[in-house]
Amino acid sequence: MYVTGRTRFMLRIGSAITLAFIYLPLLVILLYAFNREKVQTWPIDGLTLDWFDKAFHNPGVRDALWTSVKAGLGATAIALFLGTCAAMAVARHRFFGRETISFLVILPIALPGIVTGMALNATFREVLSPFGVELGLFTIIVGHATFCIVVVYNNVVARLRRVGGSLEEASADLGADTWQTFRLVTMPSLRSAMLAGALLAFALSFDEIIVTTFTAGAEQTLPIWIFSNIARPNQLPIVNVVAVMVILLSMIPVYFAQRLTRERDDEPGVVPVPAAGGH
Amino acid sequence: MAGPVGWLVIAYIGSLVVLFVAALWRLDPFTAEIVKSIGFQNFETLWQEDVYRQIAQRTVVIAALVTLADILLAFPIAFYMAKIARPRVRALLLVAVLMPLWSSYLVKVYAWRTILNEEGILNWALDPLGAKGPGFGNVATWLVFTYLWLPFMIIPIYAGLERIPNSLFDASGDLGGRPWMTFRRVVFPLAFPAIVAGSIFTFSLTLGDYITPTLVSSTQFIGNVVYDNVGVANNLPLAAAFATVPVAIMLLYLLVARRLGAFENL
Repeated sequence: MYVTGRTRFMLRIGSAITLAFIYLPLLVILLYAFNREKVQTWPIDGLTLDWFDKAFHNPGVRDALWTSVKAGLGATAIALFLGTCAAMAVARHRFFGRETISFLVILPIALPGIVTGMALNATFREVLSPFGVELGLFTIIVGHATFCIVVVYNNVVARLRRVGGSLEEASADLGADTWQTFRLVTMPSLRSAMLAGALLAFALSFDEIIVTTFTAGAEQTLPIWIFSNIARPNQLPIVNVVAVMVILLSMIPVYFAQRLTRERDDEPGVVPVPAAGGH
Repeated sequence: MAGPVGWLVIAYIGSLVVLFVAALWRLDPFTAEIVKSIGFQNFETLWQEDVYRQIAQRTVVIAALVTLADILLAFPIAFYMAKIARPRVRALLLVAVLMPLWSSYLVKVYAWRTILNEEGILNWALDPLGAKGPGFGNVATWLVFTYLWLPFMIIPIYAGLERIPNSLFDASGDLGGRPWMTFRRVVFPLAFPAIVAGSIFTFSLTLGDYITPTLVSSTQFIGNVVYDNVGVANNLPLAAAFATVPVAIMLLYLLVARRLGAFENL
C-alpha cells in the first residue's frame, strides 16, 4: 500500500509516543525499587538492593503473596474445568440456550468490576453466611473464578472451532468410546489452548483488586497489601519492590500465553477481553 | 455439561438478582439494620440529592474524555501496525502492546502516583520550562484512566484496520484523494465500528472503577460511593441502587454499539 513519506513519518512519531506513554511509567517504578533513599523523590540519588531483601523477609508480604498464589491456583483450576466444559458444550453440541452461554460467560468481565464485586458481596452475605461460610480465601477464589472462566473459554472455543469436529468423528467411527476420544484426540489438540487460558487466568487473578476487595473479608492478597500500604510513606520502598514483582509475575504468563496461542507471528493470539478492573 | 451452566447461573446471575433486589431494600436510619421491604426510596434519594447526580455526571464525562484520548493515542500505532510495519516489527509491537494489557493494574496506578507526586518525575521534568504537572485531581484521574485502558482501544482498532483491503486506500489516492481526505472519507468511516468496539471497554472500565480515583484524586466517582456504602456506611441497599446506574448506562451503550456494528469487532 502506498503511503506518503510524510504520513509514514507522522505515524512513526505517533506510535513512538504511544509506546513511550505505555512503558515509561513502568520503568519509573522499576528504578524506584532500587532507590537508596526512603523518600520517593526524583532524581534518584543512589541505587541499592536492600529493599528486595527487606521485602523478602516482610511477613505481611509473604502472607499476602501466599494468599495470592493460593487464590490464583484455585481460581485457575475452577476456571480451567468450567471454561473447558462450557467451550466443548458450545462448540460441539447443539442444545437449548447455547447462544446464551457465550453471553453469560462474558458478562462477569463485560460489566463494570464494581458490579460483579457488589453482586458477589451481596450474595455471599445474604446467601452463604447463614450456612457459616464467611468472606475469606474461599470467596476470593469463587469471585476470581467467575471472571477467569471467560479467558479459558475464549481460548478453548477458538481452538475447537479451528480444529473442527471431523477428527473426533473419525475416532468414534474407528470404535473409540467417548472417554477414549476425549483423552486421545480432543485433549491433545486442546492442550496448548488450555495452558494459555490457564496462564492468563492466573495472571488475571493474581492482579485483580476491585472484585477482591468485595469478597476478601479480612484476607489480604498481594494487590490488597499494596493498596493498604500505599498510604504509609514508611512502607513505600517495599511497595516498590512488590510492585516490580507483580509486574514480572503477571507479564511472564501473558508472554508465554501469547506465544502458545498465535498461529502466525502477526496475529493477536490473546483474545482481548478486559480485566475486571484490570483487568 | 450441566456443571458450568449451573455454576454461572447460581454464582453470577443469582448474584445480580440479589443485587437488584437489595437495591429495593432500605437501611433503617435509627437501628442501622437493613429492612427487607420492597420500595424505591434509594433511587429517589439518588435522584434527588445533587451530590449523587454530580458524581454520576462526573463519572460519565471523565469516561467520555478517556475514550476520546484513547482513540487519539491508539489510532496512529494501530494503523502503523496494521498497514505499514513489516511482519517482524508488527509481531514485536503486538506483544509490546498486549503484555501490559493483562498485568498489574494497581501497579500502574501506583506508578502514576509517584510520577504525579509533588516531588515526582513530572514536576522535575517540567520545572526547567517553568511549568507544573496537574497534581492529584480530576485531570490526574483522566490521565491514569487513559493510560490504563489504552491497550483495550489499540487492539480492536488494529483488528478492524487490518480487515480493510489496502486497495481501497490506493484507489482513493489514485482518484486524487490527499492523505487527509483519504483518512476522513475512507479510513475513518471503515474503522468506526472498531473504534466503537474499543470504546465499550474504555467506557465500561471507567464506570466501574474506584481504586484510581481513590489513589490519584480526592473527588468521588460512582465506584467510590458504592464501595464506601458497602464498607464504611454499611448501607448495602443504597450501594446496590447506585451500582445499577453503570449497568443501565452500559446496557444502553451496548444497544447503540450494536446498531453501529461494533459487535463484529469485539
